[in-house]
Amino acid sequence: MSDKILLAHGSGGQLSHELMERLFLRHFDNPILARLDDAAVLEARGRRQETGYVHLASCILHPESGAKLAFTTDSYVVSPLFFPGGDIGKLAVCGTINDLATSGATPLYLSAGFILEEGLELADLERVVASMATTAQAAGVQIVTGDTKVVDRGKADRLFINTAGVGVVPVGVELGGDQARPGDAVILSGTVGDHGMTIMSQREGLRFDSPLVSDCAPLHGLVAAMLGALSPLPGGEGSGVRALHCLRDPTRGGLATTLNEVAGKSGVGIEIEEQAIPVRDAVRAACELLGLDPLYVANEGKLVAFVAPAVADVVLATMRTHEYGREAAIIGRVTAEHAGRVALRTPLGARRILDMLVGEQLPRIC
Amino acid sequence: MKYVDEFRDPRLARKLLANIRARSTQSVRFMEFCGGHTHAIFRHGLRQMLPPTVELRSGPGCPVCVTANSGLDRAIALAELPDVILVTFGDMLKVPGSHGSLQTAKAEGADVRIVYSALDALQIAREHPERAVIFLGIGFETTAPTVAATILQAEAGGLDNFYVLSLHKLTPPATCAILDAGEVRLSGVIGPGHVTVVIGSQAWEFLPRDYSIPCAVAGFEPLDILRAVSALVEMVKDDRPAVVNAYSRSVRPEGNRVALGIMQRVFEVGEADWRGLGRVPASGLVLRPEYARFDAALAFPVDPGPTREHKGCRCGDVLRGTVEPPGCLLFRSVCTPAHPIGPCMVSAEGACAAWYRYGGANV
Repeated sequence: MSDKILLAHGSGGQLSHELMERLFLRHFDNPILARLDDAAVLEARGRRQETGYVHLASCILHPESGAKLAFTTDSYVVSPLFFPGGDIGKLAVCGTINDLATSGATPLYLSAGFILEEGLELADLERVVASMATTAQAAGVQIVTGDTKVVDRGKADRLFINTAGVGVVPVGVELGGDQARPGDAVILSGTVGDHGMTIMSQREGLRFDSPLVSDCAPLHGLVAAMLGALSPLPGGEGSGVRALHCLRDPTRGGLATTLNEVAGKSGVGIEIEEQAIPVRDAVRAACELLGLDPLYVANEGKLVAFVAPAVADVVLATMRTHEYGREAAIIGRVTAEHAGRVALRTPLGARRILDMLVGEQLPRIC
Repeated sequence: MKYVDEFRDPRLARKLLANIRARSTQSVRFMEFCGGHTHAIFRHGLRQMLPPTVELRSGPGCPVCVTANSGLDRAIALAELPDVILVTFGDMLKVPGSHGSLQTAKAEGADVRIVYSALDALQIAREHPERAVIFLGIGFETTAPTVAATILQAEAGGLDNFYVLSLHKLTPPATCAILDAGEVRLSGVIGPGHVTVVIGSQAWEFLPRDYSIPCAVAGFEPLDILRAVSALVEMVKDDRPAVVNAYSRSVRPEGNRVALGIMQRVFEVGEADWRGLGRVPASGLVLRPEYARFDAALAFPVDPGPTREHKGCRCGDVLRGTVEPPGCLLFRSVCTPAHPIGPCMVSAEGACAAWYRYGGANV
């Protein structure tokens, strides 16, 4: 590892993973963090009367309910602060909701920490905060604690936000990056690259016939619909939801990096059909122009689902009825071969490796 | 998407491949000069679609990769000067020089900025009149005219804090150097599309005339490349070497006269240091005396010290086409895109990066 922090350490790609594994995990070593899922899932254990000790999760959950607590945090440094389809505030709320949602949790409470640069327009801050409030309200979550720090001019870029969130994982839901199994269908909820290319085109002043718009959106409703479709019996034990093995939101590093993470953690191979991956024309055009691959470009309102083959069609049909899953598609399948690697079949019928993002394609897109 | 989908049509690709298979009877090796071609060939999986008789070999056409350590060390030394902003294309950032990279210089405090166009560097110079803005000029005949145009704009705008470190290189002399060395037997050359838009397909006539091998100028979509390979196979089979323009939607025989004119107005031909090829006479572009005041090498005489090469790195051999990346002992074991030893693993157009990223010819 280089002895200085490079921009690439924040790209979500290979160097980010090295930093995580060789530094943070070394110091913060514990089995919950080591799972490296989008949110930490905490079991409600320890009974007050037996141990005299109340586990953190038990404060929120009844210890015998079988439900678990999901807990996550993320920071937002996107530039520009306002972009088509969203702003840093909406991104901060949606991003944390999505990390909870892809852990199978119903998001409940968020925190919001602000780092403000001296000289920031108060009106801009209010616009961001109002956007956070609207997004949170629409998503049914509450921002219940927060913090504000102001730093000298030049010590931050206008406004950075950190959000943390907690939610409850219903009984029977067991999602994880290590849960994908051979035979699983890989379902993508919609087009890729919209957010990253929107930010990029704003920065580079690119204009297209059909404008680029960020896909920034909260996905917990989509996840709830997917889980609902798998557990149709009211009060049932929820065995159906176990057919949903893994959910991920492909943010930094894009779809390709997310697929590689799951292949690595689950010890499986993944086969992807390039033609099956939906990409908007404006995104493709912008990518061609800038020499980027949409499969490595960030998304902020998409998820990838790994589901048992028997329920793939049901899950897909359900996703397509939801506003954030209308363009959902099965893009590939999980295999026992070439464990840890992702193979892509090109439209010409050739096969090649789809590797994890190395270095950074785009600086600071979330 | 218009102008892209037509050139990725799987049905037409299968037709071209069938033709190549039917016509290819003898073993041939074609070099794709351009790193953009190398990348496209791997991205679309073209190598594995071709019959075993047709071998493609990557050449020296990655501008980042051919930049010798001498030039790179100079750029890093310039970046480390006080009150200098070094402006570069992103790919150069991570290339390891003798002692570090622009990326590490940046992390240590040097002001290094990434742009997509040389004109952006001019904007930075306008915004920072108190500092010297040095544009790192790398690339072939494709980028050189845009840098020349930028210098003309700087002159017209009376900017006195804008400089260029010209490490620009010319493609035909490098092709000659490889053929003259005779280390790798070539049956034909896939001509670089973007370069030839500027220099014209006529510029490759020396290949059939002096070396008796055909050249097919290609675009960067799968059908462009397959069409060029098909033309080369035909010409080898008929033993009638010529220059075929398989990228006629962009390339004209005489090239882009305006771009050539601007390039020649600002630059003159001089010797250049190439990674892998060493010093090649008349293969680089230096600023003409009239524009010497924009020359960063003259304005800031730094001494970056002696160059050092990593012992095991075979980027030079890869660029000459004498070995393929897996033939380098460092490939994938020590040298990876996250921790590159040589430039061919860094640049998106580098052969090693393409092999690594797309898993070589077979998955």
